[in-house]
Amino acid sequence: MNLFSLVLVNLGRNKLRTTLTLMSVVVALFLFCALRGVLDTLAASIKVGSEARLVTRNAISLIFPLPLSYRERLLAIPGVKSVSYANWFGGRDPVDPGNFYAQFACDAETYMPIYDADVEIIAADSSAVPLPVPAGIDPKLAMFMSERDACIVGQSLFKRMKWKLGQKVPVSGTIFPGTWTFTIRAVYHAKDPAFGEESMLFHWKYLSEKGMGGQGIVGWYVLQLGDPGRAGEVTRTVDALYANSGAATHTETERAFQAGFVSMYGNVPFLIGVIGIAVVFAILLVAANTMMMATRERTAEFGVMKTLGFADATLFRLVLIEAGIITFGGGTLGALLAKFAIEGSRFNAGGFLPPMTISWTTVAIGIGVAVLMGATSGIIPALQASRLRIVDALRRVE
Amino acid sequence: MGLVTVREVHKEYRRDTQAVPVLAGLSLDIDEGDFVALMGPSGSGKTTLLNLIGGIDQPTSGEVSVHGEAIGRLAPRQLARWRSRNIGYIFQLYNLIPVLTAIQNVELPLLLVKMKGKERLERAKHALDIVGLGDRLKHFPRQLSGGQEQRVAIARAIVSDPTLLLADEPTGDLDRKSGEEILSLLERLNREFRKTIIMVTHDPHAAERAHRVLHLDKGVLSN
Repeated sequence: MNLFSLVLVNLGRNKLRTTLTLMSVVVALFLFCALRGVLDTLAASIKVGSEARLVTRNAISLIFPLPLSYRERLLAIPGVKSVSYANWFGGRDPVDPGNFYAQFACDAETYMPIYDADVEIIAADSSAVPLPVPAGIDPKLAMFMSERDACIVGQSLFKRMKWKLGQKVPVSGTIFPGTWTFTIRAVYHAKDPAFGEESMLFHWKYLSEKGMGGQGIVGWYVLQLGDPGRAGEVTRTVDALYANSGAATHTETERAFQAGFVSMYGNVPFLIGVIGIAVVFAILLVAANTMMMATRERTAEFGVMKTLGFADATLFRLVLIEAGIITFGGGTLGALLAKFAIEGSRFNAGGFLPPMTISWTTVAIGIGVAVLMGATSGIIPALQASRLRIVDALRRVE
Repeated sequence: MGLVTVREVHKEYRRDTQAVPVLAGLSLDIDEGDFVALMGPSGSGKTTLLNLIGGIDQPTSGEVSVHGEAIGRLAPRQLARWRSRNIGYIFQLYNLIPVLTAIQNVELPLLLVKMKGKERLERAKHALDIVGLGDRLKHFPRQLSGGQEQRVAIARAIVSDPTLLLADEPTGDLDRKSGEEILSLLERLNREFRKTIIMVTHDPHAAERAHRVLHLDKGVLSN
């Protein structure tokens, strides 16, 4: 036996209480890391946006469209390599309206080459007769390119919905009313998980013809730059070009554009952080109370140990280590569980987030919080044990 | 000079604003190898005197010295160290740690000394052999009788080979037979191992085993 095994023996004294306290710390740190993971995921989703791509939208708001006619003039601006465009569709699953996933209408011929480095087509329908594909398009997308109502879906969405290639998927339009049916012709895999695999892409032409009566309006333009160093210059040029037009533009890098989406969450990240701290604080009180109970029950024993020659500082350390083991052990377990279970399950909050990531920084912060929790919850009982007068302690039993 | 010297010791406790005197200018000498019984009615100050000699309480005034060292002058940390080396304490209710086995309870004081685990274990076993419990090493206190628990407590008191054993009503919670066994064990420790023993007791029969009986009444020695 040594002093450390004495601590372990004391922890095993009331196994149920120790286990429950440990579990409460595990749950608290799991929640803390999971909530911080939401912030990590949002932060990671900002980083997905490229600095080599610009997004041009209506200067008033993203919900106001831009004319398709801008495309040719944008393409003519020096430094712009290619231009694509897309629209937010905003449809709902007619069977389960609560089942959210994003749908985008895009000009696939220009859109897919721009995002070629970010996504990979992992499954696609192929026809018996070889179909031609435009230059720069993955040949696997031949069938998608040839069908007006075809769509591409993310791998995660495809799996979650248990869809099959060739399946017709109905979507209820909200911005563009009516029931829309899309045929799944390909599945994409995001090379960076933060890019997300919960979206559906379909042809802008289909939307324009069926939903806009052939009007040429787009939600936003994506400008691929030849040289990211010219982003500032191109941005100024684009916005100056349409400064006095009926639909003035606001151009920014794709990364800034993504960050703008995150900023729409407003104070939600702050609230998430506060909830995480509140959970930890609540469990801190539980852990502190448990430690106080555990030491109060052993008052006489502390008196005996002091009589045997245990110094105040030794008892202080023993109690503090006891609290530390529960909180550090539970905290580490909770933080690692959050990291591996959430990332392993590719949880995406019903499609509102890309698959969640929990950074190692968050895990380290979680463990740090657990250590702090141990120190805080253990310090009062440790002080009580060390300051105890032997005669007072022994009087409790004798 | 005796092993234990108590000089003009006063001790009072405070209850709210009132001072309650317990010891009133008590002086006493106990020689090395002596076996002293402290008797007296409840509240006469027997346990308080024992606690002062053992350095687990401080006198209000006066001085207690053991081996010529005034223990009141030691800092708390030094005092704890001094206790671990010089004092073996035996309680009326044994006060064993319930989650530790007999041998672990006996090993406990040795955790404070720099000693290899194996040596610690051997010393603890030896102490349990002395008290006749060499076959109960792995038993927990709840698996032992009262007399056996008290013997484990005695083994714990002697394991660090202290000069002075302080026993506070060591037979107070035991039946006659077990009490006799404990008293015989204390006698043996005094005789064979030259331990100086101060024993608080209410029992005149137990006090007869001591070399000297001191009577305390209202905080002073009455004989």
